[in-house]
Amino acid sequence: MNQLTQNDTAMDSEIISDMFPSAEIMRRLALNDSGFVFDPVNGRSFSANAVGLYVLRFLQHSSNANALLDAIEGDFEVTRAVAQRDIADFSGQLRKFLS
Amino acid sequence: MSGQQKKRLTVAVTGMNAKPDNPGPGLAVARCLKEAYGDDIRIIGLGYDVLDAGLYLHECCDSGYLLPYPSAGEKPLMERMHFIQDEESIDLLIPCLDAELLSFSRLQLEFEAMGIRMLIPNVAQLRDRNKDRLGELAHSAGIRYPETKNISNMQFFYTCHEDGWKYPMVVKGIFYDATIVQNADEGAAAFRNIAASWGYPVLVQRYVQGHEVNLTAVGDGKGKLLGSVMMRKQAVTDKGKAWACVTIEDERLQQDALKLVEALQWAGPLEVEMLKEENGQYLLIEINPRFPAWVYLAAAAGSNLPAALVNLVMERPVKFSKATTGMMMIRYAQETVINLATFEAMTMNGHYAHTENGSEVGDE
Repeated sequence: MNQLTQNDTAMDSEIISDMFPSAEIMRRLALNDSGFVFDPVNGRSFSANAVGLYVLRFLQHSSNANALLDAIEGDFEVTRAVAQRDIADFSGQLRKFLS
Repeated sequence: MSGQQKKRLTVAVTGMNAKPDNPGPGLAVARCLKEAYGDDIRIIGLGYDVLDAGLYLHECCDSGYLLPYPSAGEKPLMERMHFIQDEESIDLLIPCLDAELLSFSRLQLEFEAMGIRMLIPNVAQLRDRNKDRLGELAHSAGIRYPETKNISNMQFFYTCHEDGWKYPMVVKGIFYDATIVQNADEGAAAFRNIAASWGYPVLVQRYVQGHEVNLTAVGDGKGKLLGSVMMRKQAVTDKGKAWACVTIEDERLQQDALKLVEALQWAGPLEVEMLKEENGQYLLIEINPRFPAWVYLAAAAGSNLPAALVNLVMERPVKFSKATTGMMMIRYAQETVINLATFEAMTMNGHYAHTENGSEVGDE
């Protein structure tokens, strides 16, 4: 049990520091309520679903991984494991779009 | 003097060709000026072909003239410009085509003597940004540049692997045109086409994957970059020209363009084309000595560079505004219809003017 908790913690901290683009990149994104996202530096635009938009907004103001997972668990009624998996997928797509 | 009526400016603009796949920048420049000045400006369109559509668009040009092709030499050009100046009293000229810039630059003092002002690079500045010398400039400015080689024989394409060149590669003309070729036969065909259109040398460049980002601005001739506007190409025509693009704010592109303008002490409009690789690295592709055909996007995004250039040259108060990011341009084709008398006037006299009652006349 303790080991599982330690692994979760390691993954939580990895989510923000290594998986997502830098905080500077996240903060420059223009986000619309419709889910339309525009990067004014590389000129790319894409659309995000409600959870994606939620994550992007969160990351514009905070890099606390545990807080992000707590918030997703609370607001979207998903398990922490599902939230972690979805965030890992989303971060991969973001890196592709925002490179 | 209070109450003095502001003089109506007369500005001549070249590059009125408007083929949809590769339009000249003149029409966009004229549109920017009309939008900024309205009835306080007269635009004289200068073209090289009776089918340069911009010459006939009265919403952009008040009058249109044909010029002799640059290959005819500078004497016929000056004779023609003297005639046009007698007719139109041009205050300022904005050249918009790469191939004519060298002549205009060499003749700048004669233009000034006629009363026509220009802000354009000198001959040395033009030479240093030529495609066959761009590598040296990039190196001295500390900017990466794809390996490029001048060639004068198509045999290169069949033996280049011996020197480490691989396909695909890019074949480029000294002034215009760039074709991506996949093998030796395609390379030889591109070489023949480009050499026939633009002469020698033909350039070959290593192909680099990435997306193109461009910047347009005005150099003040003292190393300053005024009013830069940046865009990313979103879709291109078969000739690689922007068909859709969006304004961006890319600090790295801005800094690299500034290095180039400082190195060149550039005077006048310019466009810096760079390629951003997938790993985020930038490569210089070329520097064009003029406004680009997409310059209307800059004006629509809040930074009307042609209007600012006119104010700068005419020593009027000038403000280079920051462009809004996320403004998107999508180019489209539209027809203009002229009657036979208009076409006859341009064909026979090299001139047509749109009059206030809507009729068109030629003279001479």
